Amino acid sequence: MASKEAYITGIGQSQVGQKLTRHPLLLTMDAIREALDDSGLSLADIDGISTYPGKMSGYLGFSPVGAEDLIDALHLKVRWYNGGMETSAQLGAVATAAAAVKAGLARHVICFRTVYEAAAMARPQDYPMPRPGRVESGSQWTAPFNATSAVTWVAQYAMRHVKKYGMTREQLAQISLTDRKNAMLNPRALVREPLTLEQYMESRLIAEPMCLFDCDRFSDASTVLIVSAGDALGEVKATPIRIAASAYRSERHSWDQTEFMASYPTGAELWKNTDYKPKDVDTVQLYDGFAFLALTWLEGLGFCGVGEGGKFIEGGRRIALDGELPLNTFGGQIGAGRLHGFGFAHESVVQLRGQGGERQIKGDPKVAVAASGGGPLASALLLARD
Amino acid sequence: MSSPRPLPRLDPDNRFFWTSGEDGKLRFLQCQDCKTFLHPPRPICFQCLSENVAPSVVPGTGVVDTFTINHQKWNPAMEVPFVIARVAIDGAPGVFLTTNIIDCAVNEVEIGDKVEVSFLQQDDVWLPLFRKVG
Repeated sequence: MASKEAYITGIGQSQVGQKLTRHPLLLTMDAIREALDDSGLSLADIDGISTYPGKMSGYLGFSPVGAEDLIDALHLKVRWYNGGMETSAQLGAVATAAAAVKAGLARHVICFRTVYEAAAMARPQDYPMPRPGRVESGSQWTAPFNATSAVTWVAQYAMRHVKKYGMTREQLAQISLTDRKNAMLNPRALVREPLTLEQYMESRLIAEPMCLFDCDRFSDASTVLIVSAGDALGEVKATPIRIAASAYRSERHSWDQTEFMASYPTGAELWKNTDYKPKDVDTVQLYDGFAFLALTWLEGLGFCGVGEGGKFIEGGRRIALDGELPLNTFGGQIGAGRLHGFGFAHESVVQLRGQGGERQIKGDPKVAVAASGGGPLASALLLARD
Repeated sequence: MSSPRPLPRLDPDNRFFWTSGEDGKLRFLQCQDCKTFLHPPRPICFQCLSENVAPSVVPGTGVVDTFTINHQKWNPAMEVPFVIARVAIDGAPGVFLTTNIIDCAVNEVEIGDKVEVSFLQQDDVWLPLFRKVG
C-alpha cells in the first residue's frame, strides 16, 4: 500500500575503529541490532534492504558487505532491495528507500553502509586492493597524471576558491577545527584529541591548499538507518524523523568537466522539493571526506552565496555547537571517522531527537540537512521532527 | 617526473585520444554535423544526437582553469612536488583536461596561464602534458 510519507525510525552504529578484526558482516549486524532495538522492530518486520555502493568484490575494503550477503546470511524475506554505486552518492541509498516505502514496495527498510578500509589496508592478503594495471572509465582521465587520490581533484576546486574568492587556509581550517572539537564529545568518534589552528597551519600540505588535517581517515564501521512507511509508524517506538525532502543531481559524471561540484545543483534542488527554507534549518551535517566539500555544501544549499563560504565560517563561531548553524556535531568524518556518508544522516536523527548528550545542540531542533558526496556525486536529505 | 604513471587501457572509444600524440597533434572527438566537442569521448553528440562523430585536431594550446600543487608521495617512486592542473582546451569550447604542468617551478603556475601541449610517450600511450608559453 502506498504511503504519503517516509520516516527514519531507527538508527544504529557499530564500533568505529581502525584495523578491526571483527568480520564486516558482524559489524553490520552490530549496527542492525542497535537500530532494531532503537526502533522496537524485529528482523521479521524488515522487508527491504538498501545500501551503497553494494558489495565490491574487487575492492572489499571499500564495501565488504552487499545487500545480497545480508539477505542470504539472515534468510531475510524481503520484498524489495537495492545496492549499487550508480546513484548520486551515499545517501542516495536512503532517498531511494524512502521512495520505495512511499510506493508501497516495502514497509521497513534497513539502509546500511559498511566500511573496512583501515582493516583492508592492514590485511591486504585477505582484502586486496584493486589490482594495479591499466586504468579505465573515469580513472583514465586523472590517474595518468598522478592525480590518483580524490584529494587532488577536490584541491583544484579549493584552489579556485583561494584565487577567485580569496578563501584563506585559516578560514578553511574552521571545518576541521569544528569537527575535531565536536568529536571530543562523541564517545564513538575515531579521533578524540584536540586540534589547534596552529597545528593545522603547520601541518603537512597534501595538495595545495589542502593539508593533512583537511582529510578524513580510513575507518572500519557500519552505520544503519531504518526507513519506514508513514502508515507503519504504529509499529515503532522511537521518535520518527520525517524525510521531508531529498535530492540527488549529477549533471556530468566527471570530476573535471564542470565549474561547480554536484553539491550546488543538488543543494538548489533540495529546496525545490519542500516548503522549508534554509532559515528553518537548526543543524547541518555535511560531507567532509575532505574539509572543502563541507564548505561547498554550505554554498550549494544557499546558507551563503557562491564564493562566500570562507567568510561564512571564519572564526568558527557560526558553525560551532552553540552557534547559529551547528555543523557536524558528531565530528564529521574528519573527527568521527570515515563512515562514508551515512554518519551525517545518523547524527541528524540523534540531534532532532535530542539524544546528543554532551554534544546536544541547544533549543528544540526540528529541522536538519544531511548531505553526502563530492565532485559529480551529491545527495541531500532534509529531515524534520513533526 | 620520471616516476611510472598508471596508464589507460586502450579501447575503441579512447584509443584515438591516447595515441593522438604520435604525430604531435592533440585531438578531441567532435560532432561533424553541429561541431560540438565531446569529452570524454562518446559515440553520440549530446547536442544534436548525431552519431557522425570523429576526432578533430585542435591547436594544442589552452589556459590553466585551476590547479593544485601535489606534495604527497602517492607511491614510493613518485617525485614531488608537482603541479596537477585542469586546462581549458583552445578550440574546443567546454572541454577540460586534467594534466600536469611541466618544465617550470611549481610556484610559477597561476590560473589563466597560457599553456601548450607536450606529449610524453609511455608504452603505446602519448600523455598530453602541458608547459607554459610566453
